[in-house]
Amino acid sequence: MNDALTIDRLQFAFTITYHYLFPQLTMGLAPLIVIFKALAIWKKDERYNHAARFWAKVFGISFLFGVVTGIPMEFQFGTNWAKFSRFAGSVIGQTLAMEGMFAFFLESAFLGLFLFGERRLGQRLHFLSAFLVFLGSWLSAYFIIATNAWMQHPIGYAVAADGSVYLTSFSALLFNPWAIVQYMHNMGGALVTGSFAVAALGAFYVLSKKQIDYGKMFLKTGIIAACIASIWMIFPSGDMQGQMVAKHQPVTLAAMEGLFKTEQSASLVLIGQPNIQEQKLDNPIKIPGMLSFLTHKRWNAEVKGLDAFPKDQHPDNIALLYYSYHIMVGLGTIFIAIMVLSAFLLWRGKLAKTNWLLWIVMLSFPLPFIANTAGWMTAEIGRQPWLVYGLMRTSEGISPTVSAGNGLFTLIGFMGMYTVLSLLFILLMWREIEHGPAFLSKQKSNDHHGTTPSDELKPADAN
Amino acid sequence: METVWFMIVALMLTVYVVLDGFDIGSGIVHYFVGKTQDERKLIIKAIGPVWDGNEVWLIASGGVLYFAFPVLYASSFSGFYLPLMMVLWLLILRAVGIELRHHIDNPMWHTACDFVFSFASILLAIFFGAALGNVIRGVPLNAEGYFFEPLWTDFTVSANPGILDWYTVIAGVVALVALTIHGANYIALKTEGEMNTRARKIAGIAWFALVAMTIISFIATVSVRPQVLDNYKSNIIGFVFPLLVLSGLAGMMFYRKNGNDKFSFLSSAVYLIGMLGGAAFALYPTVLPASTDPNYSLTIYNSSAHSYGLKVGLVWWTIGISLAVFYFAFLFRTFKGKVSLEAGDGY
Repeated sequence: MNDALTIDRLQFAFTITYHYLFPQLTMGLAPLIVIFKALAIWKKDERYNHAARFWAKVFGISFLFGVVTGIPMEFQFGTNWAKFSRFAGSVIGQTLAMEGMFAFFLESAFLGLFLFGERRLGQRLHFLSAFLVFLGSWLSAYFIIATNAWMQHPIGYAVAADGSVYLTSFSALLFNPWAIVQYMHNMGGALVTGSFAVAALGAFYVLSKKQIDYGKMFLKTGIIAACIASIWMIFPSGDMQGQMVAKHQPVTLAAMEGLFKTEQSASLVLIGQPNIQEQKLDNPIKIPGMLSFLTHKRWNAEVKGLDAFPKDQHPDNIALLYYSYHIMVGLGTIFIAIMVLSAFLLWRGKLAKTNWLLWIVMLSFPLPFIANTAGWMTAEIGRQPWLVYGLMRTSEGISPTVSAGNGLFTLIGFMGMYTVLSLLFILLMWREIEHGPAFLSKQKSNDHHGTTPSDELKPADAN
Repeated sequence: METVWFMIVALMLTVYVVLDGFDIGSGIVHYFVGKTQDERKLIIKAIGPVWDGNEVWLIASGGVLYFAFPVLYASSFSGFYLPLMMVLWLLILRAVGIELRHHIDNPMWHTACDFVFSFASILLAIFFGAALGNVIRGVPLNAEGYFFEPLWTDFTVSANPGILDWYTVIAGVVALVALTIHGANYIALKTEGEMNTRARKIAGIAWFALVAMTIISFIATVSVRPQVLDNYKSNIIGFVFPLLVLSGLAGMMFYRKNGNDKFSFLSSAVYLIGMLGGAAFALYPTVLPASTDPNYSLTIYNSSAHSYGLKVGLVWWTIGISLAVFYFAFLFRTFKGKVSLEAGDGY
């Protein structure tokens, strides 16, 4: 606990986990806002415009939190992981710099226009800025994932005389097959978060009998999107991601699945607790042969267990890796169950009256955040003990001159700062939800956004 | 190729300082120009739609620096560990102060946001100035090219300096005064009536302080690091930067007297460009001088990425920057003109 490596890892893990709560929401909401905006223009229905503006406010707050917690991530490559940056900067600097040049400029410039420029821009340009904000945020994700993919599956590089790596193929870095698969899976995950949030708020409005019109609109849009996204997460994107891990990180696959011994016709573990001391799984519930089928598409294929790899190649926290993976998959399965059922009732026109299911939809909004976090933990803990898979160990990457004491100082600082941010975020979100889209529709038609002078004369919770 | 990237990074950082400099400056003069909550609301509104985009220039510069000079990025970011982390916290606080102010209609909330915004802006200006001061003065790099600076040691310029010593404090004050004027000029440009008058007055008074600080910082720089004059002696082109500084100073005074807010603002931008460009020109080809042994200094040659990557980068950077210039032109055009409480658009 008192060594610099642990502190550096904890600080990165804490700040990235916290940070990613916001981008997954904004990236998930962005396409839905574009859809609302498009419906408003296409159907000439002002209610969709209020919906777009309402979700834009939620988006704007979340985006701000994503930006301010995102800058520390870029900084930490240098501050806490200096040796890693020196080692790999020539390669991953490409994608990180491209993110700034192509994604951040785009989304930040047009977010200002989208949030505050509707009156000045007119409807069509306003739609365009919504679209460009969506494009910027999704591009940003691609560059970050290409960076991470290179750390998971390094290609397109050569080793220089001083031991650092340098880029030899730009296209290999940019179109790393790992990046493409991980991107498909990750963006599906963001869409699950965004669409669950929309559906859950819809359920809340319908159940609380406030703004029922908008509640039904959110339910419909949210559930259709969530249904598609949830299925997409298992097949094809989840399956492809699994194949990728099986092919390039077989030891990670063994640890994720809790497969300690190599098996013919390996079974898929649903529940059970890894017992690292005895290298076995306690209280397992398994589906025989299923793991072999999923990995190799043959029921009797051999799947390598952890015993097939030297101990110094094993991920250093097998139990946490195993749980992260199983939580992700377990929740993903529950998402499909909830959303397929909801979509069916929606189609039959019975959803708005099925209160027990609305309660489930409403209460399920935090689960995608957990599933996405668990998914990323699977990817990152699964990569251990490597920082760059097969090339650099995590222990070799930290800054040589930053002491554990200084690291702990800033880690505690971030924890305090982020606690305050969390409280503010919850407070602001609650206010937006209380106001809802109906509040916006009451405002003067030329004052689409934010607080206007006329509101200030009213008491804060006028509705 | 390394030289091209040196210029690109210097250029992007300069654009950052000129753009976000007026946001920071607006925060510095927040209480001096905005005497009531409505007036302070107008200041926030003047920077509201653009500050985030301006801050992205810092993030993008950081990304490009990481890409082009990874060794420099690794050394300087780990060596300046504590002040950089504090900059991060200040950036978070400033963002909260600006962006969340209008979400809750409560005078106490507005008071808190105003204070956080102004406080963070003042400290950011000083930190950024001190950071540049550290780079010019030199840092205690070891043979492996790493160092770690505590926040202060004994405030003298020695082989074992802290982030803050008398020289870097001077640099911090120069930045504070320069951005005060830049921010006041921006607010003058965006407001009318009493706020405009007050902003002009602040810029006028601070001008005398800026002239004094510019002279002091010049003398201090030459005494701390006489090598800064070498490039100027060998290449006459460098004198364009001191010339920009002087014309910026002259312009600020001249146009302030004429009441031309637009050209006053442009003059303070020219001043900033001259100061930063002059510093970059003086350092070249060194990017981080060592206070320990000159051989340990990081230059563009021993800290840059491999040449293939730099060549590829030049292609996408050119495309990226052209797009960025276009976005920003469109953004500033859309929100041009004075701000008022009446018009919508949030804030």
